[in-house]
Amino acid sequence: MYDTPKLESETVTDEVKISARGCQVHYGDNHAIKDVDIDIQDKTVTSFIGPSGCGKSTFLRCLNRMNDTIDICRVQGNITLDGQDIYDPRVDPVQLRARVGMVFQKPNPFPKSIYDNVAYGPKIHGMARNKADLDGIVEKSLRRAAIWDEVKDRLGAPGTGLSGGQQQRLCIARAVATEPEVLLMDEPCSALDPIATAQVEELIDELRQDYSVVIVTHSMQQAARVSQKTAFFHLGNLVEYGDTGQIFTNPADTRTESYITGRIG
Amino acid sequence: MTDATVPPAVARPGLFEGDARTRKRNAAERRFRLYGMIAVGAGLFFLVTLLFAIVSNGIGAFQQTSFTLRVEMREDVLDKPGNRNIEDIKAVKTFAYKPLLRAAILREIEGNGIDTPLSGAKIVGFSSDLDKLLSDGAAAKLRNQVLANPELIGRTVEVTVLASSRVDGYLKGRVTRESIARDKNLDAEHLDLVDVLRGAGVVGKGINTAFITGTDASDARPEQAGMGVSILGSFFMMLVVLLLALPIGVAASIYLEEFAPQNRFTDLIEVNISNLAAVPSIVFGILGLAVFIQFMHLPQSAPLVGGLVLTLMTLPTIIISTRASLKSVPPSIRDAALGVGASKMQAVFHHVLPLAMPGILTGTIIGLAQALGETAPLLLIGMVGYIASNYPDGVGAGFLDPNSAMPAQIYEWAKRADPAFYERAWGGIIVLLVFLAAMNILAIILRRRFERRW
Repeated sequence: MYDTPKLESETVTDEVKISARGCQVHYGDNHAIKDVDIDIQDKTVTSFIGPSGCGKSTFLRCLNRMNDTIDICRVQGNITLDGQDIYDPRVDPVQLRARVGMVFQKPNPFPKSIYDNVAYGPKIHGMARNKADLDGIVEKSLRRAAIWDEVKDRLGAPGTGLSGGQQQRLCIARAVATEPEVLLMDEPCSALDPIATAQVEELIDELRQDYSVVIVTHSMQQAARVSQKTAFFHLGNLVEYGDTGQIFTNPADTRTESYITGRIG
Repeated sequence: MTDATVPPAVARPGLFEGDARTRKRNAAERRFRLYGMIAVGAGLFFLVTLLFAIVSNGIGAFQQTSFTLRVEMREDVLDKPGNRNIEDIKAVKTFAYKPLLRAAILREIEGNGIDTPLSGAKIVGFSSDLDKLLSDGAAAKLRNQVLANPELIGRTVEVTVLASSRVDGYLKGRVTRESIARDKNLDAEHLDLVDVLRGAGVVGKGINTAFITGTDASDARPEQAGMGVSILGSFFMMLVVLLLALPIGVAASIYLEEFAPQNRFTDLIEVNISNLAAVPSIVFGILGLAVFIQFMHLPQSAPLVGGLVLTLMTLPTIIISTRASLKSVPPSIRDAALGVGASKMQAVFHHVLPLAMPGILTGTIIGLAQALGETAPLLLIGMVGYIASNYPDGVGAGFLDPNSAMPAQIYEWAKRADPAFYERAWGGIIVLLVFLAAMNILAIILRRRFERRW
């Protein structure tokens, strides 16, 4: 049922990029993530699936410490990026987020020009020495996000004037402009139509050449199409984690099976 | 569960005949709309009445009656030694100029062949009945003209001097032949003379720029009183308010909204700021009196102190509106900025603040407009009363010299007895309203300008 053809060849490396051990997240009194252990591999697309409120977005936001901005959120346990604890007090979340980029559910370009949207990250991280450098980064990022041809003649136009799918690809361009190592995507296609979704999915597959991509999705077809690894979350627990093919064809846990066959969720 | 399948107990009427319930509902809606229209209509009626009253009462202040006289600057009166030494000319006091003006009027009377008992008016002390036609300030104006240009001495010069406020009132219809019978200021022959002189073009109404640029004047010469210095007082106060309230208010709101932790203490601050916005302004006035004047010994009646008091009053308004506009910036923008690795402060200053700018500016200008029209706190720090100061010399003096403010000046004029001041109070309200309207239009323009969609 879910064995739709993969877009690209399977080139899964075994190198672990992000590793979580005993991760717990509390929102006030609500225990949102319970004791999650996971190893996310480099140059791989990993998808998080699960019913609404199961904690998959919360866990995703732990990976670049976006949860720090929520006062009542407490994160415990150990999450490492290349073996270094990202919750170590010496870590500046600003530096971390330059290495772990994020694309959000709703396209959220800045109300500025297309150029400024992409150039903002490199500018604040001092990645360009001069205007020509910056122009190069902007072009490269927009090309990687497969939107360059559509916007190259109107880089000065506001990013908010683009269509939904274009906006989301602009946001991806903005995220890759800072040369991250990991790209976190929180339901990036939920606000898009099928054509724009297909474009973004194709893009995700291309991005896998350079990045470790983690994508949260509600669409199991999408998870099956774009990812090599799938993690199933339920009620704050990581129920099952494995190769996408195995999860969708031969799940080990009955809850996973119930979810992917539509009985819970 | 099965309610839906039960057939209706009564047969439904056709679509064309409304049932009683629907008719009742529709009638209620019509009534409600009518109430709304009546309320709006009443509001408009009162607004129009108010504007009409203000304009019809105040427009007179923008015109002033003056005499155009040919005055012979007699050398034997103004410069007896005859060598144009400025010290000698200064030694001649203002009342020496009065006979010159009197003679000039008499010459007009003769020249136009007017028969009036006033041509034989007796001089009692230093003044005669003829003097009542002119403003007390007329002689002083003439003297200033001569001091500025001693060459005028010995020549016959055409000068324009203010008429007295009664003559001015007669030309504007405020003073009538009936009303003069009740006081001792003018007699019927004065009015007869004014009528003829007006026909001859000696007396006439003109645009009163002195009302906008001039200083306040004493009770005896309402025709000279102007708002200029109090406008300047208001300007310096607004400068203080803008320079203090905008940065402090915006910084406080950004901190409270974006950085401060949510706990009891910040909740307490929040509640207090909201309550401060509702504190009567006179309370801020007495606070200013106690702290700035009695404790810190800042000068009384100074725009600096007025500005400080109004800053305290305006701060809650600015903080509340700034926080509201910061809140209205969608969180997705903050997420986007943080997501590419901006620090909290970069996210706020690069993305949130520009989006909140229209709201902040609008709030600030509304706060300033409120402060501009505030009178009560100024009563307590002495910025009201007869302050016939001249223009402050320099910016420092502008902040520290005793001054008045526009609303305080209006209040001051409104409580004086002479109806000529009453007219000026209304005129002052027009000036104040023009300033307020200008500020509000500026707020709208700025909001339009900076408004962006996201």
